[in-house]
Amino acid sequence: MNRIDQLFQNKGKDILSIYFPAGYPNLNDTVPNLQLLQDKGVDLVEIGIPFSDPLADGPVIQLAAKQALDQGMSLKLLFEQLKEARKTITMPLILMGYWNVVFKYGVDSFVADCQSCGIDGVILPDLPLEEYEEEFKVRFEAHGVYNILLVTPQTTEQRMVKIEKAAKGFLYMVSSSATTGGALEQSKEREEYFKKVASLNIPSLIGFGIRDKQSFQHASSFSNGAIIGTAFINALTSGTAPEFLDSLL
Amino acid sequence: MSNNKYAVNERGYYGQFGGAYIPELLRANVDELRENYLKIINSEQFQKDYKRLLDNYVGRPTPLTKVENLSKRFGTNIYLKREDLTHTGAHKINNTIGQILIAKYMGKTRIIAETGAGQHGVATATVCALFGLECVVYMGALDIERQAPNVARMKMLGAKVVPAISGNQTLKDATNEAIRDWIANPYSFYLIGSVVGPHPYPDMVTRLQSIISKEIREQLTVETGNPNPNYVIACVGGGSNAAGAFYHYLNEENVKLVAVEASGLGVDSGETAATITIGDVGFIHGSKTMLMQDEDGQITEPYSISAGLDYPGVGPLHAHLAETGRAQFLSVTDQEALDAAKVLAQSEGIIPALESAHALAALEKIKFLKEDVVVVNLSGRGDKDMETYMKHFN
Ligand SMILES: Cc1ncc(COP(=O)(O)O)c(C=O)c1O
Repeated sequence: MNRIDQLFQNKGKDILSIYFPAGYPNLNDTVPNLQLLQDKGVDLVEIGIPFSDPLADGPVIQLAAKQALDQGMSLKLLFEQLKEARKTITMPLILMGYWNVVFKYGVDSFVADCQSCGIDGVILPDLPLEEYEEEFKVRFEAHGVYNILLVTPQTTEQRMVKIEKAAKGFLYMVSSSATTGGALEQSKEREEYFKKVASLNIPSLIGFGIRDKQSFQHASSFSNGAIIGTAFINALTSGTAPEFLDSLL
Repeated sequence: MSNNKYAVNERGYYGQFGGAYIPELLRANVDELRENYLKIINSEQFQKDYKRLLDNYVGRPTPLTKVENLSKRFGTNIYLKREDLTHTGAHKINNTIGQILIAKYMGKTRIIAETGAGQHGVATATVCALFGLECVVYMGALDIERQAPNVARMKMLGAKVVPAISGNQTLKDATNEAIRDWIANPYSFYLIGSVVGPHPYPDMVTRLQSIISKEIREQLTVETGNPNPNYVIACVGGGSNAAGAFYHYLNEENVKLVAVEASGLGVDSGETAATITIGDVGFIHGSKTMLMQDEDGQITEPYSISAGLDYPGVGPLHAHLAETGRAQFLSVTDQEALDAAKVLAQSEGIIPALESAHALAALEKIKFLKEDVVVVNLSGRGDKDMETYMKHFN
């Protein structure tokens, strides 16, 4: 059974997912970061594949990705780093990256390497659902790799139905119309949207703008949990990651 | 439809290139535009408004000038399509006039744009002023420096110019920032400046620029009795002036289409923007196309002396024209473009934009027959480039 499904089966609420870019803050920090996150009790981790032109990301993730790239990070190196990780890491792991990097790596090699490193799912924000289903779905599924899909406040009712049908694992519920790193907007309209997505036939995690215990709890009250990225990267940057995780859990 | 062989399909592809590779965050915006653009463009009201503005505000039709001295020099018959004579000084305004009408019909009140040379920024600021709409233009910090006159124009026209400080601080980075603004402000209208971006932008901008080849056909018919030249030559940054100049000739296979990229210091120098020559298949700004990238799929920083050609991708139509061999792709260095600009200035009394000078420099690279009819699309005028020209001609 996919570790993501297992997680949502065993723990239905307050699931904490953390995002950080591979090779940050130092090139070889990827696996030590995973170990820290697991030791502190984080449920799920999204490892970012650094990209030169991350369209959906705000300044903090852009800068972290750039630093990782400047230090020599690449998808190839990430798979090498992850080879031994599964000896100690039992949390579900997701790779998050932009399509150009995956395409250039080769889709077949990518899904095969995901499988051999124990990657449970991927988030590829700029790969359209239609292209995925037509060209790539069979190959992803053959390697047990879930394609995690996003919904946003702008997603139409009609498209929501389509996404619900295609979704695997959980839905990444984008909290607001923004790139990563903004603040969580609290409004009636927003709560309606959260409730609508929560009523779908698949678990969901809220991401974008979750930065501390309070916003995590607020988000979790509408969903199965939440995803923290920018705030964790800021903690990595200032060397306070353990304290930051303690403050959440 | 005369050019269905090279037209976009309903999913937004030209052959294998195009599509809409965008985050879900932009899906609703892009879908809204896709569902509306053809309806609007084909409406009688749009056609009437668009034509009236092109005629009386932009100054169309632009002349097709036979340049006798240049023709003698190359031993053939050279015509310049004078987009440099439009209001604001480049072809970019054909597109912004069309898109601002579309934005207006869609009820949008805030306009976002990216710009490289500043010509698209100026053309956008101009139409926003005309229609009383808020205008935010993203421009690479390096380009803000090297195209200062256009920055001043945008500001005087009432636009807000926001520097893009990531990457090489040029057109690619400005485009990233504009797209991020659009994600954060989904009710804004993103007014793209070239035939790039997710479907329907490449097709929409191509249609709006196709007025160029429509006029060339009419003017050549009067001039030579034949709407078709032997060659159409245009520079390619994202590819909008070339797409417009090629459009009505795409299915006239005996008209040779020549697209000219900027090779900067040379295609093998590492300092180049010759995407088709050195790039391979990838994804940039929502489109599957040819792209300059390293072996890890990171997009490489382009270089050209010309801010408008300094882009690591190319519109998907051009990737398709290159793959099918329908267009020939040449590349021209900084120095060759500078030389060609000087030749045109001193033999014809026309100072071209640095971008257009790349198209002119291609004349040196083709063997013409005496009876050939050659059209070069002079996409813009050189006012904005005087500082660069003066630096190099001293
Ligand atoms: C005069 C001129 N020509 C050409 C270009 C390149 O754009 P495109 O390839 O879209 O025509 C620009 C861009 O700024 C320009 O200002």
